[in-house]
Amino acid sequence: MRIKLEKRPEPSTLMAFATPIASVLLTMAIGVIVFDALGIKGEKAVIDIFLTPLLSSYKWQDVAVKAAPLIIIALGLSIGNRAQVWNIGAEGQYIIGALAAAGVGIAAGGAGGGIIITLMILAGILGGTFWAVFPAFLKTRLNVNEILTSLMLTYVALQVLGYLVGGPWKDPNGRNFPATAPLHADQTLPILFPSTTVHLGVAIAIVLPFVFWLIMSRSVFGFQIRVVGSAPDAARHGGFDAKQTIWLSLLIGGGMAGLAGALEFAGSLKAINLGFPSGYGFTAIIVSFLGRLNPIGCLIAGIVLAVTYVGGQVAQTTVHIPNSTAGIFQAMMLFFILASDILIRYRVRFIGSPKVSALPAAGE
Amino acid sequence: MSTEFIIAAIVTIVGLTTPILLAALGELVVEKAGVLNLGVEGMMLMGAICGFGATVSTFNPWLGILGAAAGGALSSMLFAVLVLELNSNQVATGLALTIFGTGLSSLMGLSYTGFIVPVFGSIFPASLASDPYLKVIFGYSPIVYFAIAMVPVVAWFLKSTRAGMILRAVGENDLSAHSIGYSVKGVRYAAIAFGGAMAGIGGAYFSMVITPMWAEKMTAGRGWIALALVVFAGWRAGRLLVGAYFFGILMALELYAKAAGFSFLPSQFWAAMPYLMTIIALSVISMRDRSGGNAPACLGKPFLPST
Repeated sequence: MRIKLEKRPEPSTLMAFATPIASVLLTMAIGVIVFDALGIKGEKAVIDIFLTPLLSSYKWQDVAVKAAPLIIIALGLSIGNRAQVWNIGAEGQYIIGALAAAGVGIAAGGAGGGIIITLMILAGILGGTFWAVFPAFLKTRLNVNEILTSLMLTYVALQVLGYLVGGPWKDPNGRNFPATAPLHADQTLPILFPSTTVHLGVAIAIVLPFVFWLIMSRSVFGFQIRVVGSAPDAARHGGFDAKQTIWLSLLIGGGMAGLAGALEFAGSLKAINLGFPSGYGFTAIIVSFLGRLNPIGCLIAGIVLAVTYVGGQVAQTTVHIPNSTAGIFQAMMLFFILASDILIRYRVRFIGSPKVSALPAAGE
Repeated sequence: MSTEFIIAAIVTIVGLTTPILLAALGELVVEKAGVLNLGVEGMMLMGAICGFGATVSTFNPWLGILGAAAGGALSSMLFAVLVLELNSNQVATGLALTIFGTGLSSLMGLSYTGFIVPVFGSIFPASLASDPYLKVIFGYSPIVYFAIAMVPVVAWFLKSTRAGMILRAVGENDLSAHSIGYSVKGVRYAAIAFGGAMAGIGGAYFSMVITPMWAEKMTAGRGWIALALVVFAGWRAGRLLVGAYFFGILMALELYAKAAGFSFLPSQFWAAMPYLMTIIALSVISMRDRSGGNAPACLGKPFLPST
């Protein structure tokens, strides 16, 4: 028996929907096997990581708050990924966004309220966008690989953060601990439901995917991004400017990451210390692919990845596995989704097997 | 500056350079075969933990290095199967390998926290290796000499051997190489495995020579510097050596900035320096060579033969 791949005339919509779900299920199945092999109760670990967070209303809050930055960053990255512009420095843009928001908060002194909060959020978007200007400029002007520059700038952002929270922005009442002073209560994002941690950022993360979906499906810009990614030659003939696409991809990616950083800072953490960078910028790349670069897909995939984060913490206490395990699961999902990409464009045929005799083998 | 200071600085620079040189040499061969593997950081971490684990179980650092090479090569095969058999996107798959390697190495490393491994003995007589002056030449771990020796070996392999010629042909024009009858996939599997093994040894340099202990994420982004180095060197092994030492000096600046009287700038500035300089160096290289330079023509593209 031989396996043959046959190109589909049209990309399969069914496969585009089915493969992400299959990827998550396969990851869970392999998780059970691997954990059992490692001498950990596999079933319990996988249930704790993937299901327990969904079954408790208390954990739902955590999931929502963790999903928000992942969704927002992934929305921006999906545009670049679609156009084959690779921004892998979202983590740095996220950090700079949060720092910009913190800067506004500090500059406002004791002032708070809606205007200050709005300014903080705008500063976050601008900060993230600014950090993406460099890779975009270098890529369009000098053809410097944006993968490397955007990533290098993440390491630079980490040092900027270290300098600010350990120096000029250090909390004078903070026992010499490198962190900014906590935000005043009226500088933080409003909470959506009383006595929960669900803040305004969660609402933004739910609304934005629909805005992005409208833009991507209904506007010329959305069309341009899709064409540039899938048929670069056609895009050139169609008069779409490749450089403009690169600029927009990177700036939107940076702006969204900056927004996520500002929201996470003003909504959840309220102070920035050296532990602020949490890898959301990298995980959002997985969200983007698991969501098939589709805005609504990103919304769902963001929730799935947030579940694994929260579930990873559950499993840490129940079956004593390290926090990094969630990372292995997240990477496995990405492997599976990338591996199954081929099923969208190709059909798998089994040739030569006696049971599929309806297909005459070539040369007979 | 005293002679002792200069010797100490050189020893530090060599130590900082060796892992990125090893990983970059591996990635050079991978990219010459037309494949872009962004998983270097993940493979380095897998090499670091596998090398460490193998040394702990065998008490033999030489077997440890073999373990590191095997760990790096094995993890690279995940990437290889996806991009070669399933034509998955190389950028995304490489990233997945880095995320995977980071997570898996942390999980594997749990049981090794707090261990210290036996280090390599010197391959030179103690009178040379421990001499306060001559140690600048003879006082390093065998991995350092291996890394430097691999530079001419890789250069010679790519330039002067038949296998190297086939590898370059696969990277420059995979369809022609395929039609002449060379196995594009076979060559790429071999190149990716070599890249994984070299990254693994580079990672093991952290856990077996520098510290020698295991710590999560201990390679601290050096895999990405190695990737930049390949571009910086214009895909040439000789320039890779120069570039690696240039970056080694930059990284040493952070450690020596205070001692050398540069404390008027915050330490974070010096820590960010290698990354900033990488960006500047890549820009300068691109400015000089707008067409993309010596990048292999098929770099990062899927291999899609018509038959």
